[in-house]
Formats: sequence, structure tokens, C-alpha cells
Amino acid sequence: MVMNFLKRFYVYILFVFLYAPIVVLMVLSFNNSRLRGSWDGFTLRWYIELFQDRQILTSLYYTIAVAVLSSAIATIIGTAAAIGIHNLHGFKKNLIMNVTYIPVLNPDIVTGVALMILFIFLRLRLGFLTMLLAHITFNIPYVILSVLPKLKQLNNNLYEAALDLGATPWYALQKVIIPQIMPGILTGFLFAFTLSIDDFVISFFTTGSGVSNLSITVFSMARRGVNPKINALSTLMFLTVLILLIIVNLRMSKDKNGKGGGNGKNKEISLGARDSSGGGGGLLRI
Amino acid sequence: MKKATLSPYILWSSLFIIVPLLLVVYYSVTIETPEGIELSLENFKKFFEPIYLKVLWRSIILALISTVICLILGYPAALILAGKSFKRSNTLIMLFMLPMWMNFLLRTYAWLTLLEKNGLVNMIFQAIGLQPLNILYTETAVILGMVYNFLPFMVLPIYSVVSKIDRSIIEAAEDLGANSLIVFLRIILPLSIPGVVSGITMVFMPAVTTFVISRLLGGGQFMLIGNLIEQQFLFVGDWGFGSAISVVMILVILVSIGFMSRFENEEQGGRLW
Amino acid sequence: MLVILAVVVAGFYVFRDNRETIYVFNWGDYIDESVISRFEKETGIKVVYDVFSTNEDMYVKIQAGGSSYDVAFPSDYMIKRMIDEDMLEKINFDNVPNYKYVDERFKDLDFDPNNEYSVPYFWGTVGILYNTAMVDEEVDSWDILWDKKYEKQILMLDSQRDSIGVALLKLGYSLNTKDIAQLEEAGELLKQQKPLVLAYVVDEVKDKMVAGEAALAVVWSGDAVQGMAENENLAYAIPKSGTNMWVDSMVIPKGAKNKEGAEKFINFMLSTEIAYLNTKHVMYSTPHTEAKKMLDEWILNNPAAYPSDEALENTETFQALGDVLREYDRIWTEVKAR
Repeated sequence: MVMNFLKRFYVYILFVFLYAPIVVLMVLSFNNSRLRGSWDGFTLRWYIELFQDRQILTSLYYTIAVAVLSSAIATIIGTAAAIGIHNLHGFKKNLIMNVTYIPVLNPDIVTGVALMILFIFLRLRLGFLTMLLAHITFNIPYVILSVLPKLKQLNNNLYEAALDLGATPWYALQKVIIPQIMPGILTGFLFAFTLSIDDFVISFFTTGSGVSNLSITVFSMARRGVNPKINALSTLMFLTVLILLIIVNLRMSKDKNGKGGGNGKNKEISLGARDSSGGGGGLLRI
Repeated sequence: MKKATLSPYILWSSLFIIVPLLLVVYYSVTIETPEGIELSLENFKKFFEPIYLKVLWRSIILALISTVICLILGYPAALILAGKSFKRSNTLIMLFMLPMWMNFLLRTYAWLTLLEKNGLVNMIFQAIGLQPLNILYTETAVILGMVYNFLPFMVLPIYSVVSKIDRSIIEAAEDLGANSLIVFLRIILPLSIPGVVSGITMVFMPAVTTFVISRLLGGGQFMLIGNLIEQQFLFVGDWGFGSAISVVMILVILVSIGFMSRFENEEQGGRLW
Repeated sequence: MLVILAVVVAGFYVFRDNRETIYVFNWGDYIDESVISRFEKETGIKVVYDVFSTNEDMYVKIQAGGSSYDVAFPSDYMIKRMIDEDMLEKINFDNVPNYKYVDERFKDLDFDPNNEYSVPYFWGTVGILYNTAMVDEEVDSWDILWDKKYEKQILMLDSQRDSIGVALLKLGYSLNTKDIAQLEEAGELLKQQKPLVLAYVVDEVKDKMVAGEAALAVVWSGDAVQGMAENENLAYAIPKSGTNMWVDSMVIPKGAKNKEGAEKFINFMLSTEIAYLNTKHVMYSTPHTEAKKMLDEWILNNPAAYPSDEALENTETFQALGDVLREYDRIWTEVKAR
């Protein structure tokens, strides 16, 4: 009994640690005073200012645009690549898988500077395009790693049967393989999307010419000191995430297909866990 | 047909994964002299000067401390969450993950406001009669930022491994007279090792390479290896030295992964991929 | 998902129009933002606005070539360096008639003797901003930044030229010394000072000082004026042993894609009304004769913003240093890595 109480208490303390800073930011976002020490009445002023801030709005646009485009393109390239890799064997397969693990294992900052060197070397103007290319590059591996397990579960006979019945390979791919690996493709897409939305380091090195995403804008604002507009932004982002998660969770528990359980991020992290631990094995296989 | 689907990726990965890394290596082993570009290990030699080794050492130590704290805090939490204490532990795990969905920069920024001299932490401390705590812009703040940001990376892999342990094994052990300590030492601990290994890797890697946390919470004083790279590329413009540090960083990561995965293989044998 | 894609594509059309564009690279918080949209409205030229926090930062970004800018705002010594390295375009002053408003004092300065490459934007000094509630002695020397009494209450500039400069001034050397031994000595001094320093910052300094987070800070004068306007406990001092006086100017980097647009922008920034708006907002000292006349008494009389001639007597401007810069890079990295 006492033990149980202690256990609960411990977990609640950790929750306080995790949530306190966020709650404080949320409360301060309604504080009329610019200084953080004193409560000076309730206000929505910072929210209004937030929506008038051109820099924040354009960076929000760039964040979403890059996330949508890069995850869509990465999903297409990555799914195609996964199907190809699935049919490879031996040395070639190992080689390609090891290359695939590079962006996963490489520290973000190294990926960032390496891509920056490449873009400057190619004389590309750093900006939207280069940031998009960088995001696609770090997204593809996650799509491949989400789709491959689904391909392994696939019954190869079905595809063969389709061919025997006169389907062209393209038709068979479309009608037989793609529908079956769809959950993997979707996971990959979502995974890529969240990584892209959240990225700071790689974007930081690969963008320029006034194009910045939300993370970079927050970084430059945070370097100028405490700013209540950031508090308002945090509150909105936290609520968005909360609502999204609740929706996803409700849907998941509705169609309870048992596997995975929990929410998207849960999957993401466990996937991440597999990446880093299994990845070493992959690299050492060479 | 099926192989043709691979070619866009091969093209893409060669151009955007292989070539950039080769460029980094190229810059790290060349220097510009008046006579042209020359092959040289000058950049690496520079890195092995005491001042830079100290930066590397400091990065590793801070990351290790954060990892250990995450393990100490996270391991019991994962066990409790996986155990029977809570009825809705799925929801709780979700709540654990929720802060992770917030932008990384915003989470770090939150501590910036809290830890200031006139920030909320100090106000509470003073209100309850404690000494004010001036930790913003100290190593403690940097470690705190790392632990806060990466703790869920430790909890989740351990949780997912422990929650999969077959309850009947534990019950069998209990039936055979094992007390809870023995059950923990002989069953739960060994079976949780793969999760611990994943957790350590997932905390250590981002911690050792960060430059944001040390920049925002360290006030530009605690230069970590990430800051050194950033500085070389963005402020000094010495690509050669910056590339050499990047190469060193890749090696540090590879060595630690190699070390961890070996450890994991010995314990568990199986790979997840 | 299709909906999102449609939104993105639509966004592309809204944001990526084919209007004439100029790329502007300025210091953080160094313009009245409304000026940008006014320029866009009046000329139809779109402005892509980007910021940097130190001269070195700006130089590396332009030199690396990843982005090309049409207008940049370096300081004196950096302008000299960029001229020497052939990184700047000559400005066609026929397109900048408002240049006539610039105070003669700020024309033909050392770094650009015939004034071919640069148009002054703001000028100022480096000094100590301090909180009179925490510092009750008189501040008139750089030595106070090494006083153990103020341990962890001192903010230094995260800018190599400025911070090493402060140490050189304390030692009584020239800001432009090329003597490696003197530079080493300055580096040692900064290393000794490090335990006393709360943080090395650039952009945060104002916010921190206004919030009373530190007692003393090395700042550029305009930041001091802004801070003093927000917190009455703050005061600014230029040490008696002298300091650095600087000028930030508008230049057109080589490789600018729209030189005429850039000249239009520079001219626009020099129009009296716009110069006044900017001065009122950033509070640095303006070289614009007409805009200065429009300023409020309190700022004109503030010695931090417009110091007397005798206060400026003891000042020195930064010169380009050539190869000695490498030593600066090394020493500064060593100080910060310590």
C-alpha cells in the first residue's frame, strides 16, 4: 500500500517536472506585464500581436510548406526505394541499408553542415529550396524503415499470382502490394511530417535568404530575451498537439486493431529506439 | 520493374548523403596554402590541442551526466508505468510523451524564463524562505535542459521492453519463492537491458551533439563540441577545422554505438531490425 | 492531405510572386519594421529581410556564397576588409540623392576614403551599461569589469572584436594593435575574467539589463539608450581611458542581383522621414542631419546617444587587421572554450 503510494507519488513528481515549464509559459502568455516577475492582469494582447507578426506568420507558412512537400516527396521516393531494397540480397542490400542509416545515425549538426557545404558547392542559393532538399533527405530513411517491415510481412505469392493472372508488374504493384503496405507508408509519412515540423538544426544550416522555419524564428527570438509572444505561441502549439493526440487516440481506440496501441508519437519513439540500437548492428554488418 | 523503383533513391542518396560526407572529409584533410590546396592533417592536429580536447571532454562528460540522471530518474518511472500501479498506463505514457511533441526550442526556452534571477523558480524559492538559486548560465542549467528534453527518450524504450515481459515468468518465480528483490534482479533487470541500452543511446547521442541547449541555457560560456562546429562554419568561416571536428564527432558517435550495440548483442543476441 | 497540398500550392502563389526583390541583411533589431512595408508599398519592390548578430557572422555568410544579398550593414573595419577583398560594389551616388543629408563628419572616413562603397546608417560608441541599484560606485574605468564584487553579474559582448577590444583598452593598448604579445595578454585577461562573467551575449543584453538580471554589461550605445528608456535605474558610461567609436554603413555586396533596387532602398533609408522613424525606434545615433533635428529633447541631451565632443576625443575606430584576424579567431575561441 505504502509502496504503491510512493510509486504514484514518484510518477506524479516527474509529471510536475515535465509539465511545470509548459504550464508556466501558458499562464504567462495571458499576463499583461512584459516582465515575468509580476502578474499584471489578464490579457489577450500577446495573441493579437502574435497574429500580426509578419516574421512568425511567414515562418509558420514555410514550416508547413516544407513539412508537407518534403514528407510527401520522401514518402514517394522512400516507398519506391523500400520495394526495391526488399528485392535485393546480400552485399547490395547491406550497402544500401547502411547508406540509409547514415542520416539517422549522423548527428544532425553534421548532416546540416555537410548539406550546407554541398549546396554552397553547387552554387545553390540557400533558402526554401535547399531547406526542402535537406528535409527530404533526412525524411526518406524513416519512410524506408517504416515500409520495409510491412514488405517483410507481405505474402509474395499474391504478387506472383497477380502476374500469372496477366497483370502487368505496374498494375500488380498498384493493386496488390501498395494496398497491403499502406499502413507502413502512412506511418512513414506521419513520421517524416513530424520530424520535418520539429527540425531545427538541419534547417538552421541549410536555409538562408530570409527564409526560416518556426524553430529558427523561436531561436532568434529567444536569443533576444524573454518575449511574451513566444509564450502565446507555445500555448497554441501545445493545445494543437493535445487536440491532435486526443483525436488520434480516439480513432485508435475505436478501430482497435491491437497492434502498436497508443498514439503516433509512441510509435515514433519506439521506432526511433529501434533505429539507434539496431542501426549500430546494421553498420557493423559491413 | 521492382528494381527500377530503387534508382531515384540511389541517385538521391548518392547526391545528398554520400557526396556531402565526402566533401566534409575532403575539407577536413586539406588546407589552403598560397600555392593551392594541399593534403594535410593540420586540422586534426589543431583539434588535439588541449583547449579543444577540453571541449570534447566537456561535451562527453555533460552528456554522460545527463544520461546517468535520465537513467536514474527514468528507469523507476518506466517500471512503475509498466507495472500494475496505474489502471490507465497507456494514457499515462501518452501524457509522458506529450511534452515531446512541443517544439524542442520552445521547451528549452521555457527553462530560460524559469531559471532567471528574477524568474519563477527563484520567486518560489524566496517565498518559501530558501536561498535563491542562480543556475541560469551554469553547467547545471545545461544539464537540466538536457535531462528535461531527453528524459522521455529514456523512459519509452525501457517501458516498451518491460511491459512486454511475460507476467507468467514473474508469477512462476514468485510461486517458487522468489521475493520481489530477486524477481527484479533475476528477471526484470536482465530483460530490461535492451531497453536501457536503447535509452542510453537515445539520450547520449543528442546530448553530446547539441549546440542549442548550451547556447541558450549556457550563455555562450560552455562551449560544447556542437558549438565549436557551429562557430567554425558560421562565425569563423574555417570549413577545414569545422569539418575535422565533424569527422571527430562522427567517430565519437560510431564508437559509442558500436560499444552499445555490442553490449546489447551479448546480452540479448537479437536485433530489432 | 490533398487539401493541405492545395493550400501549400496556393500559398506558393501568394508568397512567391514574381515581383522585383531585394535581399537585405541587417543587424537584429536595427530597423523600424514598418519601414520595410512602406518601402514595398512605395516602390513595388519586395524586401526579403534577414538578420545577423555580429560583423563576423555577416562576413562569413556573404563570403561563403550560400546567399547573395543586395544591401548589408557592416561596420567600419569590416567595410574596409570587404573593400580590400573586393567584396563590395561601388555605389552609384546619382541614385542616392538623399546622401546630401548625411553629416559631413561621417563622409570620407578612413575605411572608405573617397566614399565610394558605403553610406552611413548609424554610429555609436561602446561603453558600460550598469544598474545603479546594484552598482553604487562611479563607473569610469574598464577595470570594474574585472572586479570580483560583481561576480556573475557581468555581461560581455559575444563579439570577438569588441570583447578583445575591451581587454586591450583596459591594458592601455591600441584597439588596432597587431602585436601578438599584446593580443595574447588581452586574451589572458579575458580568460581571467571568465569566472566573473554571467554570459556572453549580443541580442539578449537589452532584455537582461532591463529586467535587472545583471549589474554591468558591455553594450553598444544604442542598446544602452533603449535600456535606459525602459528602466530608469540604468546608466551608461564611457570609460575615461577611451573606447571604440564605430559607424555602421549600408553597402552593396558583390554579386548583388538587384543593384538598382539596392540603391533605391539605400536612398529610401536616407529620406528624412524614414531616417527619423528608424532613429526613433532603434535609438542609435543618427548621422542624418535632418532626422536628428526632429528628435525629442531627452534623447538629444542623452550623452549616451549624442556624446559631447570631448567625450569622443579619446575614442578610436577599428581598423581592418588583415592576417592578425586569425589570431583574433583563435584567442576568442580559446576564451570561449575555456
